[in-house]
Amino acid sequence: MSNSERKTLTFISRSSPHSSGKAKACLDMVLSAAVFDQTVNYIFMDDGVFQLLDKQTPATIHARNVSAAFPALALYGVEMVYVDEEALLDRGLHSDSLLADVEIKVCSAQQIQALIRQSETVFNL
Amino acid sequence: MKFTIVVHSAPYSSQAATSAWQFCNALLDSGHEIYRLFFYQDGVHNTTQLCVPPQDEINLPLEWQKLIKRHDIDAISCVSSALKRGILDGTEADRHEKNCHNLADATSLSGLGQLIEACLVADRVINFGD
Repeated sequence: MSNSERKTLTFISRSSPHSSGKAKACLDMVLSAAVFDQTVNYIFMDDGVFQLLDKQTPATIHARNVSAAFPALALYGVEMVYVDEEALLDRGLHSDSLLADVEIKVCSAQQIQALIRQSETVFNL
Repeated sequence: MKFTIVVHSAPYSSQAATSAWQFCNALLDSGHEIYRLFFYQDGVHNTTQLCVPPQDEINLPLEWQKLIKRHDIDAISCVSSALKRGILDGTEADRHEKNCHNLADATSLSGLGQLIEACLVADRVINFGD
């Protein structure tokens, strides 16, 4: 690849897992960026935090289980994902109810701000 | 400056695609370069040949094609987004045994790798729609 360098790409997933295709669309971008060996920040905010809930059975509504792919992220070099602490609190969620087989870092708004500031490109989906 | 433009929304459902088209025109008029134009998710509907809006409305897919041809822009419709929304080129129509295809001719189908590569090369990546 010419003219390119290693960059930090941040993907902020803000949508609930099965109400639209956005969660899957964001995951696909994350995986593609990881394949390109870039630094990837995968952040869950707003209703996006619902994607990290354990024990989902979306097959009953003919939806794809997006979160089934999350444990594989580490194989792509995305060692951990970030979740907005306030978004969890607003929805009455606790980190205990999140996926156990994914490294999830609960972040303050300031920490997320810092991740965004370090990024060359930010996607919000 | 080199820009990569990503369009996430369909024409007419929201203003986002029209804003993207206007932004592209403004960029080029100001002497900037569009490295790649990438249509993702519902944005692939901007790349159909079969859009027929009322006469008093802009034909946005047609305007995109005019812009892409006039400036020889590298325009890509995400192949997985496009196929599941019924936007096919001749090759995909043959592969999936469909008797017609509708992808606008100045646009090609390709994967998300093209988007990521364009992010790495461009000075700025601007997203329209969500």
